[in-house]
Amino acid sequence: MKKKTLLIIITIFVLFCFVVLLKGLSNSNIYVPNTKIGKQLLSFKAKKLLNNEEVISDELFFENKIYLLNLWASWCVPCRTEHHILMQLSSNPSIRIIGLNYKDDLTNAKKFINQMGNPYSEIIIDKDGTISIDLGAYGIPETFIIDKNKIILKKFVGPINDQSLKEIESLLK
Amino acid sequence: MFFSQLGYYSLIFGLILSFALIPIAYKDLKIINNSINPNIFIIISLQLFTVLLSFISLIVSFINSDFSNETVYNNSHTTKPLFYKISGTWGNHEGSLLLCLLVLILFIFIFLLTSKKEPKKYQIFTLLFQQIIIVGFFLFLLLVSNPFNYLLPIPVEGLGLNPILQDPILAIHPPILYLGYIGSSIIFSSSLAAITQNYVDNKWAKNLKNWVFISWIFLTIGIMLGSIWAYYELGWGGFWFWDPVENISLMPWLCLTALIHSIIVLEKRSLLASWTLILSIASFTLSMCGTFLVRSGILNSVHTFANDPKRGIFILIFLFVLILGSLFIFFVLHKPKKEEQKNFLFSKETSILLNNWFMMYFLSVVLIGTVYPIFLEVIANEKISVGPPFYNKLLIPFLIPFFIFMTIGPNTKWIKDNFKLINLRLILLFIISIFLSYLILSKTGSRGLFTTVLIGSSLYLLFITVKDFFIKNQINLSQKISHFGFSLLILSIIVNGIFSSEVITNIKVGEKYNFKHGSIYFEKINSFKEKNYMSVVGTFKIKDRNNKEIYLKPELRIFNQPIMITSEADIKTSFYSDKFLVMNLVKGNEFYNIRYQTKPFMIWIWLSTILLVTGGLVNFLNKERK
Repeated sequence: MKKKTLLIIITIFVLFCFVVLLKGLSNSNIYVPNTKIGKQLLSFKAKKLLNNEEVISDELFFENKIYLLNLWASWCVPCRTEHHILMQLSSNPSIRIIGLNYKDDLTNAKKFINQMGNPYSEIIIDKDGTISIDLGAYGIPETFIIDKNKIILKKFVGPINDQSLKEIESLLK
Repeated sequence: MFFSQLGYYSLIFGLILSFALIPIAYKDLKIINNSINPNIFIIISLQLFTVLLSFISLIVSFINSDFSNETVYNNSHTTKPLFYKISGTWGNHEGSLLLCLLVLILFIFIFLLTSKKEPKKYQIFTLLFQQIIIVGFFLFLLLVSNPFNYLLPIPVEGLGLNPILQDPILAIHPPILYLGYIGSSIIFSSSLAAITQNYVDNKWAKNLKNWVFISWIFLTIGIMLGSIWAYYELGWGGFWFWDPVENISLMPWLCLTALIHSIIVLEKRSLLASWTLILSIASFTLSMCGTFLVRSGILNSVHTFANDPKRGIFILIFLFVLILGSLFIFFVLHKPKKEEQKNFLFSKETSILLNNWFMMYFLSVVLIGTVYPIFLEVIANEKISVGPPFYNKLLIPFLIPFFIFMTIGPNTKWIKDNFKLINLRLILLFIISIFLSYLILSKTGSRGLFTTVLIGSSLYLLFITVKDFFIKNQINLSQKISHFGFSLLILSIIVNGIFSSEVITNIKVGEKYNFKHGSIYFEKINSFKEKNYMSVVGTFKIKDRNNKEIYLKPELRIFNQPIMITSEADIKTSFYSDKFLVMNLVKGNEFYNIRYQTKPFMIWIWLSTILLVTGGLVNFLNKERK
């Protein structure tokens, strides 16, 4: 009798896990790249890297400009390879570059910026990675191009290169 | 094109053979004699042949760069070296599943060949349960992951040329890992068969132990190769990242490690039968869980890529059919024999049970850390990600008691041990270890009571395992080697984690950078043209605190198709530590960003894992000889 109850309890638990995982499967679409393209950026709250002030995303994306949101971390090797392209872009006045620092040690992040140069007009931190997940990112580096209406125009997965630079510049025209 | 067709049809033929096999095997159950119907062997051999043929066809398609095959198109390229064209066969979802299927059939074939002395019904039931898994894999391949999908118009060039995946270690890492995962399928099938035949006893344990060792050995090597690849090729300067994909290989490993210990108790003392069964069923279930988590794209990890949702649903249903089926068999058909043997508090049995509890604790931590984010998201719509701090906080404190029990456990006797709690010599050794750890820590300038005790107790474990080699009886040589390997592994990991150091800076040719314990001088830079990339090699002279000079030559590889820069770290390995240097381009061409790391005892991590495996191998081969 005791055995039977145990079997029933475990079966119910297993079925519960099944339902949760099944639901999780349909949720997992949010991790698929491209799905957020053409959609409006959700607003979020974050802290700034350099002065630790809290900021709401609407305050960051307020100007009538094209924005580039770049996800990076000091521990990420490909982020280093794309950095000089961001530096190049930062001299272009028609685009504002926002950095989203992903799951990083803040001292290392600051060191990275000091050594490699700062292409970002603002850097916000995503300590636990939740903002990046909300954005639909599934790895870093990743780069989003966002227009003045906060619509995501394009997304680059992995480090941006000269080819992507050309694409971004064509969007600015 | 011909080979794709050949592969596809021979796969279908293989599935038909499964359907032919099941009724024949079922009929054979009713015939009372000692040997299995020879037709069963013929069909299994045929099935093995068809799947092998299908696998070889896929390899040939890869070698020929036949882009009319979708799998080849997605994962290969004409300029790939031949070796990587071949390894590309199992470096993708469809091909790797085909390889899994091949191994599933190969293992049941070997099982039938080597288990002729076992009861006939037990053999047939094992075959039947294994065939259920095999049919599941066949259907999965043919319905949602067909490796022989046809493309028209035929593309001129393939897509797959990811340079990171072109690495000799990565070419052999997946198949070895699969041998480990799939090896546990035999454990699963034969446990269920043993339950139906009420054959869960010491004879069964003896037969099954070989398979436990086979999967454990392959899984250990597979995990090690994955780590080596992450360390040398990815150049992130680490070997374990607590990434979900790594975790799911660790879970069956922990389960199998527990099983290796508990099955010995079943073999020698006929105890822990039900517990051994649970572990046997769990190790394959966990392997399948891993397949589900990786292949369905449900996990948010840098490794997993979004996939066809149909695949996820298929594996999920299959997984739960296996779980519910085995639960039912376990609860309804398993009749535990009354364990009449006495069990005392101080005995080998107890200490092995204790080992199992620790393994189960480590396993639950890893399992929860891996699946909790999924559950939380579905139930509370909250998103979190679990990283190294979670595992460090929950696992490390439990290592200290684990080490101490591990020094006592293996030396206790079966049934009853007159264990003396106060053994002056051992206590003295423990105090010496703690003192030694204190000395090491204070010499390097880092301190802390917890770290001192942690290193001290792992040193103590190391001393005890070394001491055990000098005890006269050599019956348990394999255990001694494995335990020594394990203690060395843990000590190396801890020391490596605590004493690694890192310097990051920007530097240009001709410049010198001084840091706390030495200096880095950037001597020159050269570039070479290679077959499918440009190679840029920097030469750095590094002086350490003893004024010893070494040269490190990290490399940048600029691939043109697709445009991609990879950095190859240069690593100088020595007995005590690894010196690791990686460079990257910054701000035009003049400056390079470099990362220099010293990682103590890096090579010991690999060596001790090899020792750990050697222990398992010695046990396996010893038994073969007997």
